[in-house]
Amino acid sequence: MDQIVNPSISIKNLDLSFGAVEVLKNLNLDIADGEFVVLLGSSGCGKSTLLNCIAGLLDVSDGEIHISGKNVTWEEPSQRGIGMVFQSYALYPQMTVEGNLTFGLRNARVPKDEIAARVEKAAKILQIEPLLKRKPAALSGGQRQRVAIGRALVRDVDVFLFDEPLSNLDAKLRADLRVEIKQLHQQLGNTMIYVTHDQIEAMTLADRIAIMLNGNVLQFASPYEIYNHPANKYVATFIGSPTMNFIEGSVHGGKFDSALGTHSLDGYDFTTPSPDGPAWLGIRPEHMATGDEAANKPIQLEGRVEFVEPLGSDTLTRVTVGDQHMWVRMDGQAQVKIGEMIPIGFSATQAHLFDTTTEERL
Amino acid sequence: MSTATQSPAKTPRGPKPKRAFSPANIMIYGTLFVVSIYYLLPLYVMVMTSLKDMTEVRMGNIFSPPVEITFEPWVKAWAEACTGINCDGLSRGFWNSVRILIPSVVVSIAVASVSGYALSFWRFKGSELFFNILIVGAFIPYQIMLYPIVIILRELGVYGTLTGLVMVHTIFGMPILTLLFRNYFASVPEELFKAARVDGAGFWGIYVQIMLPMSLPIFVVAIILQVTGIWNDFLFGVVFTKPDIYPMTVQLNNIVNSVQGVKEYNVNMAATLLTGMVPLVIYFVSGKLFVRGIAAGAVKG
Ligand SMILES: Nc1ncnc2c1ncn2[C@@H]1O[C@H](COP(=O)(O)OP(=O)(O)OP(=O)(O)O)[C@@H](O)[C@H]1O
Ligand SMILES: [Mg+2]
Repeated sequence: MDQIVNPSISIKNLDLSFGAVEVLKNLNLDIADGEFVVLLGSSGCGKSTLLNCIAGLLDVSDGEIHISGKNVTWEEPSQRGIGMVFQSYALYPQMTVEGNLTFGLRNARVPKDEIAARVEKAAKILQIEPLLKRKPAALSGGQRQRVAIGRALVRDVDVFLFDEPLSNLDAKLRADLRVEIKQLHQQLGNTMIYVTHDQIEAMTLADRIAIMLNGNVLQFASPYEIYNHPANKYVATFIGSPTMNFIEGSVHGGKFDSALGTHSLDGYDFTTPSPDGPAWLGIRPEHMATGDEAANKPIQLEGRVEFVEPLGSDTLTRVTVGDQHMWVRMDGQAQVKIGEMIPIGFSATQAHLFDTTTEERL
Repeated sequence: MSTATQSPAKTPRGPKPKRAFSPANIMIYGTLFVVSIYYLLPLYVMVMTSLKDMTEVRMGNIFSPPVEITFEPWVKAWAEACTGINCDGLSRGFWNSVRILIPSVVVSIAVASVSGYALSFWRFKGSELFFNILIVGAFIPYQIMLYPIVIILRELGVYGTLTGLVMVHTIFGMPILTLLFRNYFASVPEELFKAARVDGAGFWGIYVQIMLPMSLPIFVVAIILQVTGIWNDFLFGVVFTKPDIYPMTVQLNNIVNSVQGVKEYNVNMAATLLTGMVPLVIYFVSGKLFVRGIAAGAVKG
């Protein structure tokens, strides 16, 4: 990975434990200025903890945090040049929207006319001008989250931290606000760190995604890279829906041996010089061709249809190949019947190989 | 259509009809009725007796209303009744109690709300231990501590003064009030606190500007608890103060139990009602406030 010269946020050897529980272990992360980074991982992997460490809401056990070139490890949250948006909105219930927006500025003793100017600007960007005199209880979920974003916005900071800001909203609103956040980022050019466990949010918003597991960053790369070259089996499984299909076998001189036969791996871009040994072969449901197309693919199998889920745009089909279950994404117009045998084909260029023991990409 | 409206057996539609005499209703209203009688009957007797003069009282019909209403007993109870020492009625005790009550309530609630807030948001090393010790304190019987406290107050030079009694009330109110406030603040979402810290508010800033405005209901609860508790206190009043600053309850006891002359039941009833007036007023006033506080609190933000 290329070295970032002037990182906006730089996390060095960060450790954090709650008593005996180690939540973050020797974590390193460099985030470029203006970058939109998504922290993605299953529940309890330490995403919120990491975000709270960056914000200064948790004292780290070891390591350093630098923001805009300054070591802020011991700084108070308000001194770090960050704004934060929470899942539960966390608006001050007894203050009006305006009071909520100006609270931080009043604490920082910003002059009155400056406050007014900033509130006006933020309210305009987020289209909450008519709501300024209302109390949070009189707002809808989407409006509340806009106000919460506004509260970070008026503080005029370099870094925005979002902790699952959209997960309390319904699907439609979530999609709308997702677009708005993306536009806000393009407009402001701030560095943003965004926690979610929604893959779609991660893929659509991020410049780079950090996939976390048990307090470690498994892979930190662009959505393209994460989807097409997952660094290990966990990342491969985590991204994509339905999840990637895996065939157990072994790599042997450029060929893959498994219960389903021996197949050539011509075209596969190995990352290790000596890949031979037991391995998993992974292939995404959307990269499996069926029908006539299957015949053109270098690797060919045949599967019995077990289960069909028509989604309209496409049809998800579960098939058994040998004694293996696999998901296949077919065209929405495809007509398949349960029990039918269908040909399946794919090419090694779209496959992924992982070592059986280390689960690292081969 | 027309057949449906005519026939008594309607097809189910709209709100389900409710039976007025369902077993649940009979139970609820029956219990309420019995309990009300149980509490209101003695009150009725007291009010009636306090409005009669002694000749009428001696006739013994305690349930009958006064033939001739007189406020004489009330005036006497307030301004003229004799304790063993002086004869200026309950008024002295009333003002003593007020002077004990106000500082005790204000100080104990102020300290307990801040410590409850600190214990739920600003955990420090050993804060759990501190809290547990405080809770254990709530279960130690007062009697055990009476004598040690007498000694401590004497050493501090406040034994027998109002200041000393205020200190005692404040300290004894601490465990239950701190528990009350801590549990209330524990229900405030932590993200609210985090947001305020990011916004640069400190310990006092968050307490005064965020937490106080949203805790009106719990303050009302604390005030009810403390006002009634301290007003009704007898033990501490009698042990830690001197006769001329006795609180109202102690003075009431002295009036009712004073052995000179005839027992003036009408004066005693009036004196008791006067003493009970303050907690009663607090219940009526704050009950309304309490409900409104909860409704307006709407903590979710
Ligand atoms: N105050 C705490 N004391 C002890 N353990 C904690 C504390 N806060 C979090 N943890 C633990 O740290 C781990 C990481 O928690 P964290 O909240 O960072 O998860 P997350 O990745 O944000 O999960 P989610 O997606 O559910 O929000 C969890 O196993 C959690 O149980
Ligand atoms: Mg979280």
